[in-house]
Amino acid sequence: MLLISCPHCGPRDEHEFAYGHEAHIARPTLDQQNTMSDAEWADYLFMRKNPKGVHFERWVHARGCRQWFNVARHTVTHEIIKVYPMGEPAPKLEQK
Amino acid sequence: MKQNYSIFSLVRNALSYHQGWQEAWRSPAVPKPEYDVIIIGGGGHGLATAYYLAKEHGITNVAVLEKGWIGGGNTGRNTTIVRSNYLWDESAHLYEHSLKLFEGLTQDLNYNVMFSQRGLMNLAHTQHDMQALRRRVYAIQLNGIDSEILTPAQIKEMVPILDCSSSARYPIMGASLQRRGGVARHDAVAWGFARKADERGVDILQNTEVTGFKIVNGVVKGVETNRGFIGGKKVGIVVAGHSGVMAGLAGFRLPVESHPLQALVSEPIKPILNTVVMSPQVHVYVSQSDKGELVLGAGIDAYTSYAQVGSPFIIENQLNALTDLFPCFGRLRMLRQWGGIVDTCPDASPIIGKTPVENLFLNCGWGTGGFKATPGSGNVFAHTIATGEPHKLAQPFALDRFTTGYLIDEHGAAGVAH
Ligand SMILES: Cc1cc2nc3c(=O)[nH]c(=O)nc-3n(C[C@H](O)[C@H](O)[C@H](O)COP(=O)(O)OP(=O)(O)OC[C@H]3O[C@@H](n4cnc5c(N)ncnc54)[C@H](O)[C@@H]3O)c2cc1C
Ligand SMILES: [Zn+2]
Repeated sequence: MLLISCPHCGPRDEHEFAYGHEAHIARPTLDQQNTMSDAEWADYLFMRKNPKGVHFERWVHARGCRQWFNVARHTVTHEIIKVYPMGEPAPKLEQK
Repeated sequence: MKQNYSIFSLVRNALSYHQGWQEAWRSPAVPKPEYDVIIIGGGGHGLATAYYLAKEHGITNVAVLEKGWIGGGNTGRNTTIVRSNYLWDESAHLYEHSLKLFEGLTQDLNYNVMFSQRGLMNLAHTQHDMQALRRRVYAIQLNGIDSEILTPAQIKEMVPILDCSSSARYPIMGASLQRRGGVARHDAVAWGFARKADERGVDILQNTEVTGFKIVNGVVKGVETNRGFIGGKKVGIVVAGHSGVMAGLAGFRLPVESHPLQALVSEPIKPILNTVVMSPQVHVYVSQSDKGELVLGAGIDAYTSYAQVGSPFIIENQLNALTDLFPCFGRLRMLRQWGGIVDTCPDASPIIGKTPVENLFLNCGWGTGGFKATPGSGNVFAHTIATGEPHKLAQPFALDRFTTGYLIDEHGAAGVAH
Protein backbone atom coordinates (compact mmCIF):
# COMPACT_ATOMS: atom_id res chain seq x y z
CA MET A 1 0.00 0.00 0.00
CA LEU A 2 1.46 3.32 -1.09
CA LEU A 3 1.23 6.84 0.30
CA ILE A 4 1.27 9.03 -2.79
CA SER A 5 1.78 12.78 -2.78
CA CYS A 6 -0.62 14.34 -5.25
CA PRO A 7 0.92 17.63 -6.43
CA HIS A 8 -2.38 19.38 -5.67
CA CYS A 9 -3.84 17.52 -2.67
CA GLY A 10 -0.74 16.33 -0.83
CA PRO A 11 -0.10 12.86 0.63
CA ARG A 12 -3.09 10.58 0.16
CA ASP A 13 -3.83 6.87 0.39
CA GLU A 14 -3.16 4.76 -2.73
CA HIS A 15 -6.89 3.91 -2.72
CA GLU A 16 -7.69 7.33 -4.15
CA PHE A 17 -5.45 6.90 -7.19
CA ALA A 18 -5.46 4.84 -10.35
CA TYR A 19 -2.34 3.54 -12.02
CA GLY A 20 -1.36 4.70 -15.50
CA HIS A 21 1.60 2.34 -16.10
CA GLU A 22 4.87 3.34 -17.80
CA ALA A 23 5.40 7.05 -18.47
CA HIS A 24 7.22 8.80 -21.33
CA ILE A 25 5.92 6.56 -24.12
CA ALA A 26 5.64 9.07 -26.93
CA ARG A 27 2.70 8.63 -29.27
CA PRO A 28 3.98 8.51 -32.86
CA THR A 29 3.33 11.65 -34.88
CA LEU A 30 0.96 11.48 -37.85
CA ASP A 31 3.93 11.44 -40.23
CA GLN A 32 5.54 8.58 -38.32
CA GLN A 33 2.27 6.68 -38.26
CA ASN A 34 2.14 6.65 -42.02
CA THR A 35 5.52 4.98 -42.37
CA MET A 36 5.78 2.87 -39.19
CA SER A 37 6.39 -0.87 -39.52
CA ASP A 38 4.31 -3.44 -37.64
CA ALA A 39 7.29 -4.07 -35.38
CA GLU A 40 7.46 -0.38 -34.48
CA TRP A 41 3.76 -0.37 -33.73
CA ALA A 42 4.20 -3.44 -31.52
CA ASP A 43 6.97 -1.69 -29.65
CA TYR A 44 4.87 1.41 -29.08
CA LEU A 45 1.67 -0.42 -28.16
CA PHE A 46 2.88 -3.39 -26.15
CA MET A 47 6.58 -3.51 -25.23
CA ARG A 48 7.37 -2.23 -21.75
CA LYS A 49 10.51 -1.55 -19.71
CA ASN A 50 9.19 -3.28 -16.57
CA PRO A 51 12.45 -2.59 -14.70
CA LYS A 52 13.58 -4.14 -11.44
CA GLY A 53 14.62 -0.82 -9.91
CA VAL A 54 13.42 2.73 -10.54
CA HIS A 55 10.28 2.90 -12.68
CA PHE A 56 8.94 6.10 -14.20
CA GLU A 57 5.16 5.79 -14.21
CA ARG A 58 1.90 7.69 -14.35
CA TRP A 59 -0.78 7.98 -11.70
CA VAL A 60 -4.08 9.83 -11.64
CA HIS A 61 -5.83 11.15 -8.53
CA ALA A 62 -9.02 9.50 -9.73
CA ARG A 63 -11.01 9.93 -6.51
CA GLY A 64 -9.50 13.32 -5.68
CA CYS A 65 -8.63 16.30 -7.85
CA ARG A 66 -8.57 14.14 -11.06
CA GLN A 67 -5.04 15.25 -11.96
CA TRP A 68 -2.50 13.09 -13.86
CA PHE A 69 1.18 13.23 -12.85
CA ASN A 70 4.43 11.24 -13.08
CA VAL A 71 6.12 9.29 -10.30
CA ALA A 72 9.59 7.77 -10.01
CA ARG A 73 9.13 4.67 -7.83
CA HIS A 74 11.43 1.79 -6.93
CA THR A 75 9.84 -1.55 -7.84
CA VAL A 76 11.60 -3.54 -5.10
CA THR A 77 11.39 -1.16 -2.11
CA HIS A 78 8.25 0.64 -3.39
CA GLU A 79 9.91 3.92 -2.29
CA ILE A 80 8.48 6.92 -4.12
CA ILE A 81 11.56 8.89 -5.08
CA LYS A 82 10.02 11.77 -6.96
CA VAL A 83 6.68 13.17 -8.10
CA TYR A 84 6.87 15.42 -11.17
CA PRO A 85 4.47 16.96 -13.69
CA MET A 86 3.25 15.38 -16.93
CA GLY A 87 5.29 16.53 -19.88
CA GLU A 88 8.49 16.91 -17.90
CA PRO A 89 11.33 14.55 -18.87
CA ALA A 90 12.25 11.73 -16.48
CA PRO A 91 14.52 13.07 -13.72
CA LYS A 92 18.14 11.92 -13.55
CA LEU A 93 18.42 9.97 -10.31
CA GLU A 94 21.35 8.46 -8.50
CA GLN A 95 21.50 4.74 -9.21
CA LYS A 96 19.88 2.80 -6.37
CA MET B 1 18.22 -46.15 -10.31
CA LYS B 2 15.56 -44.31 -8.42
CA GLN B 3 13.67 -46.28 -5.82
CA ASN B 4 10.01 -46.57 -6.68
CA TYR B 5 7.62 -44.87 -4.28
CA SER B 6 4.90 -47.27 -3.17
CA ILE B 7 3.02 -48.44 -0.10
CA PHE B 8 5.82 -51.00 0.41
CA SER B 9 8.62 -48.43 0.31
CA LEU B 10 6.63 -46.36 2.78
CA VAL B 11 6.35 -49.29 5.20
CA ARG B 12 10.00 -50.29 4.71
CA ASN B 13 11.22 -46.78 5.41
CA ALA B 14 8.92 -46.38 8.38
CA LEU B 15 10.69 -49.35 9.99
CA SER B 16 13.99 -47.44 9.78
CA TYR B 17 12.41 -44.25 11.13
CA HIS B 18 12.47 -42.64 7.65
CA GLN B 19 16.26 -42.27 7.81
CA GLY B 20 16.86 -44.42 4.73
CA TRP B 21 15.09 -42.49 1.98
CA GLN B 22 17.11 -41.96 -1.15
CA GLU B 23 17.63 -38.31 -2.12
CA ALA B 24 14.94 -37.24 -4.57
CA TRP B 25 17.43 -35.50 -6.87
CA ARG B 26 21.19 -35.00 -6.92
CA SER B 27 22.82 -31.63 -6.25
CA PRO B 28 25.90 -31.67 -8.49
CA ALA B 29 28.81 -29.87 -6.80
CA VAL B 30 30.02 -28.36 -10.06
CA PRO B 31 28.08 -27.67 -13.25
CA LYS B 32 29.30 -29.31 -16.45
CA PRO B 33 31.16 -26.90 -18.77
CA GLU B 34 28.49 -27.26 -21.43
CA TYR B 35 24.93 -28.58 -21.72
CA ASP B 36 22.82 -29.31 -24.78
CA VAL B 37 20.02 -27.35 -23.14
CA ILE B 38 20.06 -24.93 -20.21
CA ILE B 39 16.73 -24.11 -18.59
CA ILE B 40 16.77 -20.90 -16.55
CA GLY B 41 14.25 -21.09 -13.71
CA GLY B 42 13.46 -24.08 -11.52
CA GLY B 43 9.76 -23.51 -11.15
CA GLY B 44 7.25 -26.11 -12.25
CA HIS B 45 7.39 -24.98 -15.89
CA GLY B 46 11.19 -25.16 -16.10
CA LEU B 47 11.35 -28.56 -14.40
CA ALA B 48 8.55 -29.94 -16.56
CA THR B 49 10.39 -28.71 -19.65
CA ALA B 50 13.53 -30.55 -18.56
CA TYR B 51 11.55 -33.71 -17.82
CA TYR B 52 9.83 -33.81 -21.21
CA LEU B 53 13.10 -32.95 -23.01
CA ALA B 54 14.59 -36.07 -21.48
CA LYS B 55 11.54 -38.29 -21.69
CA GLU B 56 10.08 -37.43 -25.09
CA HIS B 57 13.07 -36.10 -27.00
CA GLY B 58 15.95 -38.09 -25.51
CA ILE B 59 17.84 -34.90 -24.62
CA THR B 60 19.36 -35.62 -21.22
CA ASN B 61 22.42 -33.37 -21.13
CA VAL B 62 20.27 -30.67 -19.58
CA ALA B 63 20.67 -28.30 -16.62
CA VAL B 64 17.98 -26.44 -14.73
CA LEU B 65 19.44 -23.32 -13.11
CA GLU B 66 17.46 -21.96 -10.18
CA LYS B 67 18.58 -18.86 -8.30
CA GLY B 68 16.88 -19.93 -5.06
CA TRP B 69 15.32 -23.32 -4.37
CA ILE B 70 13.14 -25.18 -6.85
CA GLY B 71 9.47 -24.36 -6.58
CA GLY B 72 10.22 -21.31 -4.43
CA GLY B 73 8.75 -18.87 -6.96
CA ASN B 74 5.13 -18.72 -8.04
CA THR B 75 4.95 -22.50 -8.21
CA GLY B 76 5.12 -22.77 -4.41
CA ARG B 77 3.01 -19.65 -3.84
CA ASN B 78 -0.06 -20.27 -5.94
CA THR B 79 -3.55 -21.37 -5.00
CA THR B 80 -3.29 -24.48 -7.24
CA ILE B 81 -6.48 -24.17 -9.25
CA VAL B 82 -6.45 -26.42 -12.31
CA ARG B 83 -9.04 -26.02 -15.07
CA SER B 84 -9.29 -25.74 -18.85
CA ASN B 85 -12.49 -23.72 -19.29
CA TYR B 86 -11.02 -21.00 -21.48
CA LEU B 87 -13.01 -19.10 -24.11
CA TRP B 88 -10.72 -18.98 -27.14
CA ASP B 89 -9.85 -22.10 -29.11
CA GLU B 90 -6.08 -21.61 -28.82
CA SER B 91 -6.23 -21.36 -25.02
CA ALA B 92 -8.80 -24.12 -24.65
CA HIS B 93 -6.57 -26.56 -26.56
CA LEU B 94 -3.41 -25.63 -24.67
CA TYR B 95 -4.95 -25.76 -21.19
CA GLU B 96 -6.90 -28.92 -21.99
CA HIS B 97 -3.65 -30.56 -23.10
CA SER B 98 -2.27 -29.68 -19.69
CA LEU B 99 -5.34 -30.84 -17.80
CA LYS B 100 -5.10 -34.21 -19.56
CA LEU B 101 -1.46 -34.52 -18.53
CA PHE B 102 -2.47 -33.65 -14.97
CA GLU B 103 -4.95 -36.53 -15.04
CA GLY B 104 -2.10 -39.01 -15.49
CA LEU B 105 0.66 -37.13 -13.73
CA THR B 106 0.79 -39.00 -10.42
CA GLN B 107 1.31 -42.29 -12.26
CA ASP B 108 3.69 -40.85 -14.82
CA LEU B 109 5.93 -39.25 -12.19
CA ASN B 110 5.49 -41.96 -9.54
CA TYR B 111 4.81 -39.02 -7.23
CA ASN B 112 1.49 -38.19 -5.65
CA VAL B 113 0.63 -34.73 -6.94
CA MET B 114 -2.70 -34.98 -5.11
CA PHE B 115 -4.67 -33.90 -8.15
CA SER B 116 -8.21 -33.65 -6.91
CA GLN B 117 -10.89 -33.17 -9.58
CA ARG B 118 -13.43 -31.77 -7.21
CA GLY B 119 -15.01 -29.42 -9.76
CA LEU B 120 -14.74 -25.73 -10.26
CA MET B 121 -17.65 -23.33 -10.13
CA ASN B 122 -17.76 -19.81 -11.58
CA LEU B 123 -20.58 -17.74 -10.13
CA ALA B 124 -22.70 -15.26 -12.09
CA HIS B 125 -24.30 -12.40 -10.19
CA THR B 126 -25.86 -10.27 -12.91
CA GLN B 127 -27.73 -10.64 -16.15
CA HIS B 128 -24.56 -9.76 -18.05
CA ASP B 129 -22.52 -12.27 -16.08
CA MET B 130 -25.06 -14.88 -17.18
CA GLN B 131 -24.78 -13.89 -20.83
CA ALA B 132 -20.98 -14.01 -20.77
CA LEU B 133 -21.10 -17.28 -18.88
CA ARG B 134 -23.40 -18.92 -21.44
CA ARG B 135 -21.22 -17.78 -24.30
CA ARG B 136 -18.15 -19.19 -22.55
CA VAL B 137 -19.75 -22.51 -21.64
CA TYR B 138 -21.03 -23.07 -25.19
CA ALA B 139 -17.65 -22.20 -26.70
CA ILE B 140 -15.94 -24.61 -24.30
CA GLN B 141 -18.42 -27.36 -25.13
CA LEU B 142 -17.79 -26.84 -28.84
CA ASN B 143 -14.13 -27.52 -28.13
CA GLY B 144 -15.14 -30.85 -26.63
CA ILE B 145 -14.30 -29.80 -23.08
CA ASP B 146 -16.64 -30.51 -20.18
CA SER B 147 -18.55 -27.53 -18.97
CA GLU B 148 -22.10 -27.03 -17.79
CA ILE B 149 -24.47 -24.39 -16.48
CA LEU B 150 -25.96 -24.69 -13.01
CA THR B 151 -29.19 -23.14 -11.78
CA PRO B 152 -29.27 -21.44 -8.37
CA ALA B 153 -31.08 -24.50 -6.98
CA GLN B 154 -28.31 -26.82 -8.22
CA ILE B 155 -25.66 -24.49 -6.78
CA LYS B 156 -27.41 -24.43 -3.42
CA GLU B 157 -27.48 -28.20 -3.41
CA MET B 158 -23.77 -28.50 -4.16
CA VAL B 159 -22.62 -25.70 -1.84
CA PRO B 160 -25.27 -25.17 0.83
CA ILE B 161 -23.17 -22.60 2.69
CA LEU B 162 -23.28 -20.13 -0.22
CA ASP B 163 -25.74 -17.30 0.34
CA CYS B 164 -28.16 -17.98 -2.50
CA SER B 165 -31.04 -16.11 -0.85
CA SER B 166 -32.92 -13.27 -2.48
CA SER B 167 -31.49 -10.86 0.08
CA ALA B 168 -27.86 -11.79 -0.66
CA ARG B 169 -25.48 -8.87 -1.10
CA TYR B 170 -24.46 -10.40 -4.46
CA PRO B 171 -27.42 -12.32 -5.88
CA ILE B 172 -26.44 -15.67 -7.40
CA MET B 173 -28.13 -16.13 -10.77
CA GLY B 174 -26.24 -19.18 -11.95
CA ALA B 175 -22.80 -20.69 -12.34
CA SER B 176 -20.65 -22.60 -14.75
CA LEU B 177 -19.13 -25.84 -13.60
CA GLN B 178 -16.14 -27.76 -14.92
CA ARG B 179 -16.30 -31.08 -13.09
CA ARG B 180 -12.81 -32.12 -14.21
CA GLY B 181 -11.32 -28.95 -12.69
CA GLY B 182 -9.90 -28.91 -9.19
CA VAL B 183 -6.68 -28.46 -7.26
CA ALA B 184 -3.29 -30.18 -6.96
CA ARG B 185 -0.34 -30.05 -4.58
CA HIS B 186 2.00 -27.38 -5.96
CA ASP B 187 5.24 -28.51 -4.27
CA ALA B 188 4.64 -32.08 -5.33
CA VAL B 189 4.35 -31.01 -8.97
CA ALA B 190 7.75 -29.27 -8.79
CA TRP B 191 9.40 -32.06 -6.80
CA GLY B 192 7.89 -34.84 -8.88
CA PHE B 193 9.16 -33.33 -12.14
CA ALA B 194 12.56 -32.64 -10.55
CA ARG B 195 12.94 -36.20 -9.32
CA LYS B 196 12.04 -37.80 -12.64
CA ALA B 197 14.12 -35.33 -14.67
CA ASP B 198 17.08 -36.04 -12.41
CA GLU B 199 16.55 -39.77 -12.87
CA ARG B 200 17.04 -39.31 -16.60
CA GLY B 201 20.26 -37.34 -16.10
CA VAL B 202 19.14 -33.71 -15.83
CA ASP B 203 21.33 -31.62 -13.47
CA ILE B 204 19.27 -29.50 -11.09
CA LEU B 205 21.47 -26.66 -9.89
CA GLN B 206 19.91 -24.68 -7.06
CA ASN B 207 21.34 -21.40 -5.75
CA THR B 208 22.55 -20.74 -9.27
CA GLU B 209 21.53 -17.33 -10.57
CA VAL B 210 21.85 -16.32 -14.19
CA THR B 211 23.38 -12.83 -14.43
CA GLY B 212 24.03 -12.53 -18.16
CA PHE B 213 24.10 -14.22 -21.56
CA LYS B 214 26.97 -14.94 -23.92
CA ILE B 215 25.63 -14.07 -27.36
CA VAL B 216 27.91 -14.28 -30.41
CA ASN B 217 26.64 -12.97 -33.76
CA GLY B 218 23.06 -13.21 -32.55
CA VAL B 219 23.41 -16.80 -31.33
CA VAL B 220 23.33 -17.71 -27.63
CA LYS B 221 26.36 -19.69 -26.41
CA GLY B 222 25.71 -19.95 -22.69
CA VAL B 223 25.00 -18.03 -19.52
CA GLU B 224 26.96 -16.17 -16.85
CA THR B 225 26.07 -17.23 -13.32
CA ASN B 226 27.22 -16.69 -9.75
CA ARG B 227 29.01 -20.07 -10.23
CA GLY B 228 30.79 -18.93 -13.37
CA PHE B 229 30.10 -19.35 -17.08
CA ILE B 230 28.04 -22.36 -18.19
CA GLY B 231 27.94 -23.21 -21.88
CA GLY B 232 24.63 -24.09 -23.52
CA LYS B 233 23.82 -25.03 -27.12
CA LYS B 234 20.23 -23.99 -26.48
CA VAL B 235 18.83 -21.93 -23.61
CA GLY B 236 15.24 -21.63 -22.38
CA ILE B 237 14.09 -18.75 -20.18
CA VAL B 238 11.33 -19.83 -17.77
CA VAL B 239 11.51 -17.28 -14.96
CA ALA B 240 7.91 -15.96 -14.67
CA GLY B 241 8.03 -12.59 -12.87
CA HIS B 242 11.66 -11.99 -13.86
CA SER B 243 11.14 -12.52 -17.60
CA GLY B 244 11.56 -8.82 -18.39
CA VAL B 245 14.85 -8.74 -16.49
CA MET B 246 16.14 -11.76 -18.44
CA ALA B 247 15.01 -10.34 -21.79
CA GLY B 248 16.80 -7.10 -20.90
CA LEU B 249 20.03 -9.05 -20.30
CA ALA B 250 19.60 -10.73 -23.68
CA GLY B 251 18.86 -7.43 -25.42
CA PHE B 252 15.19 -7.59 -26.42
CA ARG B 253 11.93 -6.20 -25.10
CA LEU B 254 8.79 -7.96 -23.88
CA PRO B 255 5.13 -6.96 -23.59
CA VAL B 256 5.18 -8.13 -19.98
CA GLU B 257 4.63 -6.32 -16.69
CA SER B 258 5.38 -7.82 -13.27
CA HIS B 259 2.79 -7.41 -10.54
CA PRO B 260 2.33 -8.71 -6.99
CA LEU B 261 -0.37 -11.31 -6.52
CA GLN B 262 -1.37 -12.45 -3.05
CA ALA B 263 -2.98 -15.46 -1.47
CA LEU B 264 -3.90 -16.41 2.07
CA VAL B 265 -5.12 -19.34 4.12
CA SER B 266 -7.44 -19.56 7.10
CA GLU B 267 -7.11 -21.62 10.24
CA PRO B 268 -7.93 -25.27 9.52
CA ILE B 269 -11.53 -26.37 9.94
CA LYS B 270 -13.48 -29.56 9.35
CA PRO B 271 -14.47 -30.36 5.74
CA ILE B 272 -17.02 -27.77 4.65
CA LEU B 273 -16.35 -27.02 0.98
CA ASN B 274 -15.91 -29.87 -1.51
CA THR B 275 -15.42 -27.87 -4.70
CA VAL B 276 -13.67 -24.71 -5.88
CA VAL B 277 -15.84 -21.59 -5.96
CA MET B 278 -14.82 -18.51 -7.92
CA SER B 279 -16.59 -15.23 -8.29
CA PRO B 280 -15.02 -13.26 -11.12
CA GLN B 281 -17.36 -10.34 -10.59
CA VAL B 282 -16.84 -9.65 -6.88
CA HIS B 283 -13.39 -11.12 -7.18
CA VAL B 284 -12.61 -13.85 -4.75
CA TYR B 285 -12.07 -17.56 -5.07
CA VAL B 286 -11.85 -20.27 -2.44
CA SER B 287 -11.15 -23.95 -1.99
CA GLN B 288 -10.43 -26.08 1.07
CA SER B 289 -7.09 -27.82 1.39
CA ASP B 290 -6.70 -31.37 2.65
CA LYS B 291 -5.36 -29.88 5.89
CA GLY B 292 -8.69 -28.06 6.29
CA GLU B 293 -7.50 -24.53 5.59
CA LEU B 294 -9.50 -22.33 3.25
CA VAL B 295 -7.20 -21.24 0.43
CA LEU B 296 -8.14 -17.80 -0.88
CA GLY B 297 -6.95 -15.59 -3.66
CA ALA B 298 -7.96 -12.51 -5.54
CA GLY B 299 -6.43 -9.92 -7.84
CA ILE B 300 -3.09 -8.30 -8.51
CA ASP B 301 -1.88 -4.95 -7.21
CA ALA B 302 -2.24 -2.31 -9.92
CA TYR B 303 1.40 -1.22 -9.92
CA THR B 304 4.45 -3.10 -11.15
CA SER B 305 6.64 -4.66 -8.49
CA TYR B 306 9.30 -7.26 -7.76
CA ALA B 307 8.77 -7.24 -3.99
CA GLN B 308 6.66 -10.39 -3.44
CA VAL B 309 4.32 -8.46 -1.11
CA GLY B 310 0.94 -6.99 -1.92
CA SER B 311 -1.25 -4.34 -0.32
CA PRO B 312 -3.48 -5.15 2.66
CA PHE B 313 -6.51 -3.44 1.10
CA ILE B 314 -6.56 -6.07 -1.65
CA ILE B 315 -6.95 -8.74 1.02
CA GLU B 316 -9.60 -6.69 2.77
CA ASN B 317 -11.61 -6.46 -0.46
CA GLN B 318 -11.41 -10.16 -1.10
CA LEU B 319 -12.40 -11.05 2.46
CA ASN B 320 -15.37 -8.69 2.21
CA ALA B 321 -16.44 -10.53 -0.91
CA LEU B 322 -15.85 -13.89 0.74
CA THR B 323 -17.94 -13.18 3.81
CA ASP B 324 -20.77 -11.74 1.71
CA LEU B 325 -20.87 -14.93 -0.37
CA PHE B 326 -20.28 -17.28 2.59
CA PRO B 327 -21.63 -15.60 5.74
CA CYS B 328 -20.55 -18.56 7.90
CA PHE B 329 -16.86 -17.82 7.16
CA GLY B 330 -17.20 -14.44 8.91
CA ARG B 331 -15.65 -15.59 12.16
CA LEU B 332 -12.72 -17.51 10.72
CA ARG B 333 -9.22 -16.26 11.42
CA MET B 334 -6.66 -16.03 8.68
CA LEU B 335 -3.37 -17.79 9.37
CA ARG B 336 -0.85 -16.86 6.70
CA GLN B 337 -0.63 -14.53 3.73
CA TRP B 338 2.05 -14.14 1.07
CA GLY B 339 2.72 -12.77 -2.39
CA GLY B 340 4.34 -13.77 -5.65
CA ILE B 341 5.39 -11.78 -8.69
CA VAL B 342 3.32 -12.60 -11.75
CA ASP B 343 4.24 -11.78 -15.34
CA THR B 344 1.17 -10.37 -17.05
CA CYS B 345 0.72 -9.94 -20.81
CA PRO B 346 -1.61 -7.40 -22.43
CA ASP B 347 -3.88 -10.23 -23.63
CA ALA B 348 -3.54 -12.36 -20.47
CA SER B 349 -2.09 -15.22 -22.51
CA PRO B 350 1.39 -16.73 -22.26
CA ILE B 351 4.33 -16.33 -24.63
CA ILE B 352 5.93 -19.59 -25.76
CA GLY B 353 8.54 -19.90 -28.46
CA LYS B 354 11.52 -18.30 -30.15
CA THR B 355 13.18 -14.99 -29.32
CA PRO B 356 15.13 -12.56 -31.51
CA VAL B 357 18.29 -14.38 -30.30
CA GLU B 358 18.96 -17.67 -32.07
CA ASN B 359 18.76 -20.81 -29.90
CA LEU B 360 17.32 -18.74 -27.06
CA PHE B 361 13.73 -19.72 -26.27
CA LEU B 362 11.14 -18.12 -24.02
CA ASN B 363 8.25 -19.39 -21.93
CA CYS B 364 6.56 -16.69 -19.84
CA GLY B 365 3.54 -14.47 -19.42
CA TRP B 366 1.46 -17.05 -17.57
CA GLY B 367 0.57 -14.30 -15.14
CA THR B 368 -1.96 -15.23 -12.51
CA GLY B 369 -2.93 -18.57 -14.02
CA GLY B 370 -0.02 -20.76 -15.07
CA PHE B 371 0.06 -23.46 -12.41
CA LYS B 372 -2.67 -25.42 -14.20
CA ALA B 373 -0.54 -25.25 -17.32
CA THR B 374 2.64 -26.64 -15.74
CA PRO B 375 2.75 -30.07 -17.46
CA GLY B 376 1.30 -28.80 -20.75
CA SER B 377 3.62 -25.82 -20.89
CA GLY B 378 6.68 -27.95 -20.20
CA ASN B 379 5.52 -30.49 -22.77
CA VAL B 380 5.03 -28.04 -25.66
CA PHE B 381 8.08 -25.99 -24.72
CA ALA B 382 10.31 -29.08 -24.67
CA HIS B 383 9.09 -29.85 -28.20
CA THR B 384 9.80 -26.26 -29.27
CA ILE B 385 13.34 -26.36 -27.90
CA ALA B 386 14.13 -29.88 -29.13
CA THR B 387 12.94 -29.37 -32.69
CA GLY B 388 13.62 -25.64 -32.99
CA GLU B 389 10.04 -25.20 -34.23
CA PRO B 390 6.96 -24.41 -32.17
CA HIS B 391 4.68 -27.23 -31.08
CA LYS B 392 1.37 -26.81 -32.89
CA LEU B 393 -0.43 -25.97 -29.63
CA ALA B 394 2.25 -23.38 -28.80
CA GLN B 395 2.40 -21.75 -32.22
CA PRO B 396 -0.40 -19.18 -31.64
CA PHE B 397 1.39 -18.08 -28.48
CA ALA B 398 4.59 -16.89 -30.18
CA LEU B 399 6.07 -13.51 -29.29
CA ASP B 400 5.38 -12.23 -32.81
CA ARG B 401 1.62 -12.20 -32.18
CA PHE B 402 2.14 -8.69 -30.79
CA THR B 403 3.47 -7.67 -34.20
CA THR B 404 0.91 -9.52 -36.31
CA GLY B 405 -1.91 -8.40 -34.04
CA TYR B 406 -3.14 -11.97 -33.52
CA LEU B 407 -3.74 -11.49 -29.79
CA ILE B 408 -5.48 -14.16 -27.74
CA ASP B 409 -7.49 -11.94 -25.48
CA GLU B 410 -8.42 -13.98 -22.44
CA HIS B 411 -8.76 -10.93 -20.20
CA GLY B 412 -12.47 -10.41 -20.30
CA ALA B 413 -12.94 -13.94 -21.51
CA ALA B 414 -11.53 -15.74 -18.50
CA GLY B 415 -12.88 -13.48 -15.77
CA VAL B 416 -10.67 -14.19 -12.79
CA ALA B 417 -7.73 -15.72 -14.56
CA HIS B 418 -6.30 -18.14 -12.01
C1 LIG C 1 -0.65 -15.91 -5.16
C2 LIG C 1 -0.71 -16.64 -6.47
C3 LIG C 1 -1.80 -17.44 -6.77
C4 LIG C 1 -1.87 -18.12 -7.98
N1 LIG C 1 -2.92 -18.97 -8.20
C5 LIG C 1 -2.94 -19.75 -9.31
C6 LIG C 1 -3.95 -20.74 -9.46
O1 LIG C 1 -4.83 -20.92 -8.60
N2 LIG C 1 -3.95 -21.49 -10.59
C7 LIG C 1 -3.01 -21.32 -11.56
O2 LIG C 1 -3.08 -22.01 -12.57
N3 LIG C 1 -2.01 -20.41 -11.42
C8 LIG C 1 -1.95 -19.63 -10.31
N4 LIG C 1 -0.94 -18.70 -10.15
C9 LIG C 1 0.06 -18.53 -11.22
C10 LIG C 1 1.11 -19.61 -11.17
O3 LIG C 1 1.66 -19.69 -9.87
C11 LIG C 1 2.26 -19.32 -12.15
O4 LIG C 1 1.75 -18.96 -13.43
C12 LIG C 1 3.14 -20.54 -12.34
O5 LIG C 1 3.40 -21.18 -11.11
C13 LIG C 1 4.43 -20.13 -13.00
O6 LIG C 1 5.35 -21.19 -12.94
P1 LIG C 1 6.82 -20.97 -13.41
O7 LIG C 1 7.53 -22.25 -13.23
O8 LIG C 1 6.82 -20.35 -14.76
O9 LIG C 1 7.37 -19.81 -12.45
P2 LIG C 1 8.04 -19.86 -10.99
O10 LIG C 1 7.52 -20.95 -10.16
O11 LIG C 1 7.95 -18.48 -10.46
O12 LIG C 1 9.53 -20.22 -11.35
C14 LIG C 1 10.44 -19.30 -11.92
C15 LIG C 1 11.76 -19.51 -11.23
O13 LIG C 1 12.77 -18.75 -11.88
C16 LIG C 1 13.72 -18.41 -10.91
N5 LIG C 1 14.55 -17.33 -11.41
C17 LIG C 1 14.22 -16.02 -11.60
N6 LIG C 1 15.29 -15.33 -12.04
C18 LIG C 1 16.32 -16.20 -12.14
C19 LIG C 1 17.69 -16.09 -12.54
N7 LIG C 1 18.21 -14.92 -12.91
N8 LIG C 1 18.47 -17.21 -12.52
C20 LIG C 1 17.96 -18.40 -12.14
N9 LIG C 1 16.67 -18.57 -11.74
C21 LIG C 1 15.86 -17.48 -11.75
C22 LIG C 1 12.88 -18.03 -9.71
O14 LIG C 1 13.62 -18.11 -8.51
C23 LIG C 1 11.74 -19.05 -9.78
O15 LIG C 1 11.95 -20.16 -8.94
C24 LIG C 1 -0.84 -17.98 -8.94
C25 LIG C 1 0.26 -17.17 -8.65
C26 LIG C 1 0.34 -16.51 -7.43
C27 LIG C 1 1.55 -15.66 -7.13
ZN1 LIG D 1 -5.13 15.44 -6.09
